[in-house]
Amino acid sequence: MTNPRALRQKLVAAPYLVWAAVFIVVPLAMVAYYAFTDPAGNFTLSNFHEIAGFSHTFILSIWLGLLSTIICLLISYPLAYLITRCSPKTQRLLMVLVMLPMWINLLLRTYALMKLLEDTGFINELLSLLHLPPVHLINTEGAVVAGMVYNFIPYMILPIYNVMTRIETPVLEASRDLGCNGFQTFRRVVFPLSIPGIVSGVTMVFVPSVSTFYISSKLGGSITLVGDIIEYTFNSEANYNTGATMSLILMGMILLCMLVMNQFTGGDEEAILV
Amino acid sequence: MADLIVSLQDVTVAFDGEIVLDRVSLDIQNGEFITLLGPSGCGKTTTLRILGGFVEPQAGTVTFDGRSMKGVPPHKRQVSTIFQRYALFPHLNVYDNIAFGLRVRKTPEAELCERVEQVLNMVNLRGFEKRRIQALSGGQQQRVAIARALVTRPKMLLLDEPLAALDLKLRKDMQVELKNIQKSLGITFVFVTHDQEEALSMSDRVVVMNDGRIQQIGTPQDVYNEPQNAFVADFIGESNIIDGVMLRDGLCRFAGRDFECVDGGFDREQPVDVVIRPEDVKVGAPEAGMLSGLVTGSTFKGVHYEVIVDVNGFKWMVQTTACITVGEHIGLTVGPEDIHVMRKSEYSGLFGDYSTFSDEMDRLSDPAFSAEEAAAAKGGDGDDD
Repeated sequence: MTNPRALRQKLVAAPYLVWAAVFIVVPLAMVAYYAFTDPAGNFTLSNFHEIAGFSHTFILSIWLGLLSTIICLLISYPLAYLITRCSPKTQRLLMVLVMLPMWINLLLRTYALMKLLEDTGFINELLSLLHLPPVHLINTEGAVVAGMVYNFIPYMILPIYNVMTRIETPVLEASRDLGCNGFQTFRRVVFPLSIPGIVSGVTMVFVPSVSTFYISSKLGGSITLVGDIIEYTFNSEANYNTGATMSLILMGMILLCMLVMNQFTGGDEEAILV
Repeated sequence: MADLIVSLQDVTVAFDGEIVLDRVSLDIQNGEFITLLGPSGCGKTTTLRILGGFVEPQAGTVTFDGRSMKGVPPHKRQVSTIFQRYALFPHLNVYDNIAFGLRVRKTPEAELCERVEQVLNMVNLRGFEKRRIQALSGGQQQRVAIARALVTRPKMLLLDEPLAALDLKLRKDMQVELKNIQKSLGITFVFVTHDQEEALSMSDRVVVMNDGRIQQIGTPQDVYNEPQNAFVADFIGESNIIDGVMLRDGLCRFAGRDFECVDGGFDREQPVDVVIRPEDVKVGAPEAGMLSGLVTGSTFKGVHYEVIVDVNGFKWMVQTTACITVGEHIGLTVGPEDIHVMRKSEYSGLFGDYSTFSDEMDRLSDPAFSAEEAAAAKGGDGDDD
């Protein structure tokens, strides 16, 4: 602390440190406290036993989250690749289009999707106009996954696009020069160099997908995910202990997934940060 | 010619309607070190990219070993390129970068290992196999790029300003090293640079280019001693270029008097450009010189002084070891063999008078000139070519 320069640097970080302490560390400690206590405030592990009954909800949440993440990846990767091959002007326009839905409130987007998928919604009305049989879309797992993909896909496109634009043209030319055709260049250069973007995209789509409650309750009908139960226990039951326990377990599982994902980036911290 | 490796015939390239290469014809001999030399946007990088297969000419033919290269993609050509900023693969270490070309060719692992070790030895990078590219200095990255290009045993190596990013001392050492590698392997090197000294010291032949056209092809001695026009004379080394008239073979008039010279073959009274190198002018007392003038500038350059002398309004550059100060009157003497006479060209009158700064210097202080426009006008001729 004798060095005034070092002191000044610490002061610059102070606002964030206060923020982190008040809004991240303290709430986390509270979640942990509630998870290990009963409503009377005594230490207990019974909350965790209780959660065992919800194991199918956890599995369903992870399954649907995984499914939407994979679909997002399959759509986003080729799209990001194609965007990077456009002229800079077209690239800017296309990226604005990708970001555009994010300017609209999540609730609004989900309601819009609801109106599209309903039994008397836009899609089914279109089908009946064409004299085709109606399809039941709303309140299915498919509708929930569609909602997740629709809402979270920009978070997949963005990081992948970012790493791809950072691949320098001469590097691709060097690959061609050394004997790679287009596909080999993709496999040996473009793909390995875009892995950090894939990892952050997967993380940024998987985490909100697994913990969402709004999308499943609006589009899934009777389908309940972990997020729905957490919301229910806190809001309707005021059962902070069960809700906190579920949050803690969900957090642990997400952390585990991220640790696994980071194995693919060869220890680069870039992945989570992008 | 039996030993011809590459032949360009009337090659023309235009980007967005702007001519970048204008009917360029060039024969490259097997095993020679040939340098494409010229200022930014002269077409030298485009010429190199044609050889590498990255640019397809709109007109003209390119043959390699007698076969037409029309439509042959880069990966099917027996050439390797060393790119301006090396373009190493950031996700691979030194060994894997170098092995890249061999892996694509499915070379057996034992042979691959042996060949990588061999080129690593050649560029003095043994022990660096496992290093990450980002952990290497510019000079080391340069060596990896050379090793990576050579390991596939190309018939021809294309080098796009490979030394531009290195500092002066390292650049000089790498010039020697590259030349040695070229000699020991005996493969053709096509080297692109805007540095005339680099071109002169390394090449068997120099191709001087400007405005998408070849200005002169010749040995370094040829292009320095016998420049074909004012552009070449000005671009390679320093030159005083003076308007003159050829009176008859061996006699030339410029700067208000007649000079004996060794050139001939011109018409009587034909207007010409006369080139005199600053190091060829001898300095003496005003009354002893063929010409005399007032010193308006004198800069110490280490080995010599660079002196600007105003002779009847034309400013000469003279190099001398004598200490000369501004304001002195001095005499200048030029020997017959130091006078080089050139035919008039489109470049006549543009260069060779030291009363102004270079064009580039003028542009720096011209608010109407936009660097961005100039870069755009250059088209695809390499981003910082």
